[in-house]
Amino acid sequence: MSPTLEPSAGTRTGTDAVFPLIFERSRPGRRAWSLPETNGGSAELDRLIPSSHRRTTAPALPEVSELDLVRHYTRLSQRNWAIDVGAYPLGSCSMKYNPKLAESAAAHEGFASLHPFADDELVQGALELLGTLERALCEATGMARITFQPAAGAQGELTGLLIMRAFHAANDDPRSKVIIPDSAHGTNPASVSLAGYRAEEVRSDDRGLVDLDALKEALDTDTAGLMLTNPNTLGLFERDIREIAAAVHAVGGLLYYDGANFNSIVGVVRPGDMGFDIVHMNLHKTFATPHGGGGPGSGPLAVSDRLERFLPAPVLVPPRHAGDVWRWDHDRPESIGRIHSFHGNFGINVRAYAYLRSLGPDGLRRVAERAVLNANYLRVLIEDSFPTAYPGACMHEFVASAKHLRKHGIRGMDVAKRLIDLGYHPPTVYFPLVVEEALMVEPTETESKETIDDLARCLNQIAAEARTDPDLLHAAPVSTPVRRPDEAKAARELKLRWSPR
Amino acid sequence: MDFLPHTDADVAEMLAAVDLEELDGLFAAIPAGLILDRPLDVPAALSEVELAAHMSELAGRSVAAAAVCFAGGGAYDHHVPAAVSALASRAEFATSYTPYQPELSQGVLQAVFEFQSLVCEIYGLDVANASLYDGANSLVEGVNLAVRATRRDRVLVSKGVHPHYRQVLKTYTSGLGLRIEELDFGEDGTLDAGSFDATEAAAVVVAYPNFFGRLEEVEAIAARAHEAGALVVCVADPSAMGILRSPGDMGADVAVGEGQSMGNLLSYGGPYVGLFATRLDLVRQVPGRIAGETVDADGRRAFVLTLQAREQHIRRAKATSNVCTNQTLMAIAAAVHLSWLGPQGLARLGEICVTRTALAAARLAAIPGCEVAFEGPHFKEFVLRTPVDARSLCRALAKRGFLAGPALGIWYPSLADSMVIAVTERRTEQDIEAFAEAIEKELAER
Repeated sequence: MSPTLEPSAGTRTGTDAVFPLIFERSRPGRRAWSLPETNGGSAELDRLIPSSHRRTTAPALPEVSELDLVRHYTRLSQRNWAIDVGAYPLGSCSMKYNPKLAESAAAHEGFASLHPFADDELVQGALELLGTLERALCEATGMARITFQPAAGAQGELTGLLIMRAFHAANDDPRSKVIIPDSAHGTNPASVSLAGYRAEEVRSDDRGLVDLDALKEALDTDTAGLMLTNPNTLGLFERDIREIAAAVHAVGGLLYYDGANFNSIVGVVRPGDMGFDIVHMNLHKTFATPHGGGGPGSGPLAVSDRLERFLPAPVLVPPRHAGDVWRWDHDRPESIGRIHSFHGNFGINVRAYAYLRSLGPDGLRRVAERAVLNANYLRVLIEDSFPTAYPGACMHEFVASAKHLRKHGIRGMDVAKRLIDLGYHPPTVYFPLVVEEALMVEPTETESKETIDDLARCLNQIAAEARTDPDLLHAAPVSTPVRRPDEAKAARELKLRWSPR
Repeated sequence: MDFLPHTDADVAEMLAAVDLEELDGLFAAIPAGLILDRPLDVPAALSEVELAAHMSELAGRSVAAAAVCFAGGGAYDHHVPAAVSALASRAEFATSYTPYQPELSQGVLQAVFEFQSLVCEIYGLDVANASLYDGANSLVEGVNLAVRATRRDRVLVSKGVHPHYRQVLKTYTSGLGLRIEELDFGEDGTLDAGSFDATEAAAVVVAYPNFFGRLEEVEAIAARAHEAGALVVCVADPSAMGILRSPGDMGADVAVGEGQSMGNLLSYGGPYVGLFATRLDLVRQVPGRIAGETVDADGRRAFVLTLQAREQHIRRAKATSNVCTNQTLMAIAAAVHLSWLGPQGLARLGEICVTRTALAAARLAAIPGCEVAFEGPHFKEFVLRTPVDARSLCRALAKRGFLAGPALGIWYPSLADSMVIAVTERRTEQDIEAFAEAIEKELAER
């Protein structure tokens, strides 16, 4: 029996009821807040802050009781899918189980209540945690040093690209372009632009892999580097990686590893051994930290020896002698500079550390094995209904296509919406762009065989329904609080906030 | 403990289904020479019981958590209401992802829409996004918006803006060739609107309150900037917005800020949440995700991610920003906290901060050799000049159970004897008195 997003009696709003905004629950004079009395009251405030700086119109924040507040956000949360609710095979997002033990670990006062400007001596437990996590992640990636400042993968990308810039600048060899495959995540070209480089795309070949000849043609002494996701967004391992690395290095470029898909190879093969110089990880993917409805993540960036000097300052230094402490080294003259307000998403790194310590070396390798096993098992179970764009085995995810259903008037999104009614979060739809009617499926390693069997049964059923009852798919979903919101209207008639007027 | 559900029988059946004899066959695409021939050299697996003890031990060696916190500088020891923690940590929010499927994400989408509305209200502007990484990141994105909107590359930044934010701005934009100039503050710790020339500037960046807790004359600065066609990016503390004028009201074109003060834990600097709001006419230049209201197929109100053509997954190299994953869960916490406070609570919070800060400033300035560095109104921080090196004084105070600072010498050499003192609603008069006595004792023993 699969889970469904069937609102409980308390949350069902009916077909015509509107779920109120918190502002619409507001009644003047009602309150949830509880704060101490002010010393001296508002007269004292008038004395201290001149009227030229005083707000004359209060912001129209809601006035609700605490119970109103609790019910509102509890019910809102119930209008949401989540890993804890059911399977979430969203390709490229690694929506695996987020262990509860990591949450309780991060809740310790000794992590959660640390001020970022506290002296190093006072945060030794936190620094040791980061130091141990750094060593473990360096070992897993085959890199030398790490910065934890990047808050998410895209910030890691920018950090890595700025390090790439600094490296070429230090060699007095500024370059202008970075090569990315056409299957890359959108963040790659966006980060390339932000770093002041020009993104140049190379096409994928008929294997779904980087076209080696096209790459060699694109590479020149103006190439700062190549950004590569391996396995790529099609779920395929770039098997020519050694040739690719050699070709990039031959023109003096650097190899950047986008760690979005690191989950599939952790403990099996290391980016450093493949020839990569710079690696970001998405700890919210591979290391199981909760995705928070779209964030926070954590995107630590790892580099090889020759790039260490360019890392954002400060860099963590372990105790070298008896009596030493862990400390931050701010004296980094060649550093690209700071990339985050403080030390990155520390609370997320605590969770990743707890996960890592829970799994150990064998557990990590099993993660990759079972992620790849689950993906291939599902791929085979649905291949008659949804063939993959590129034949053969996949890694932790695969990209199937719904293009053969178009003749029945069915698109990939219709398949996705129908799957919602059958109790699953849909795969990523219409990405990567190189596949028509793409359905990018990543079951992750924490889903059981029964869940995958049932998911496959549902997908196969949908493919059959597309032929026999396409209107069923067009009408889907019917089990959700809203269905098929009008996105064109949202973009055309902008309503981006509630307004009191 | 590895959280994997597979029984041996499952593995055998699944391998057979994919036509493999052993698990290693799953990695056949990887060149054999690359495959690691040993286990990773990482610490051995722990049971949950052992891990709990280990985490507890590590946390116990971070003693800063036990100190009474008068430290500020962009991260503050505010109270997080119990209802906020309970609601923002609900697994339905925490273990969901980017709301790409609106039917399954109305909870996050509506919460984000409410967050955007709240940010617009406190900042006095028209549109806000779904959050950015932190205050520094929001400042950078604000500057980048101004650069795009004005097609200029000169950026003026007040030295009253958080030094880390200014460093991040330099790092972030180092590849873009912006001309960033820093503006000195006057004797009262604020920027004199007559002291700069914004000709050909894309943006003038100020903070309200600034890094010294002082209130900039944003209105005059904005007028000066606008005369020259520059936009104003104002870093504003959300906790001040119940009593202080909003950036929008003072003429700022973009308001950005650190949302940690609203419902988020100190957590050694993150995860925090970057706030970002601007005028409606600049909406197509906004970075990151935006939730918008629409109707569904049955005419019901519904929320979706909108204006996605600005974003990296559509626009790729020409996107307004590279941001993808943001800080949604922290934004939800901020929304819940602001809703818990309401207008009166937010005003009360500001009142407490201002009055207790004034109390602390008066008490500490009465210590021989100490004085408040900058005259004039302060919000929840002030700079204390001391008769000694402030860095060593901060360290010594930590040993006496008080966090203070940051000491300012590393960023402002002329203020090597000075440190930031922050006073939130959690600090009582007794705390202030004990803190003052600790400073007195420390100074007396030197």
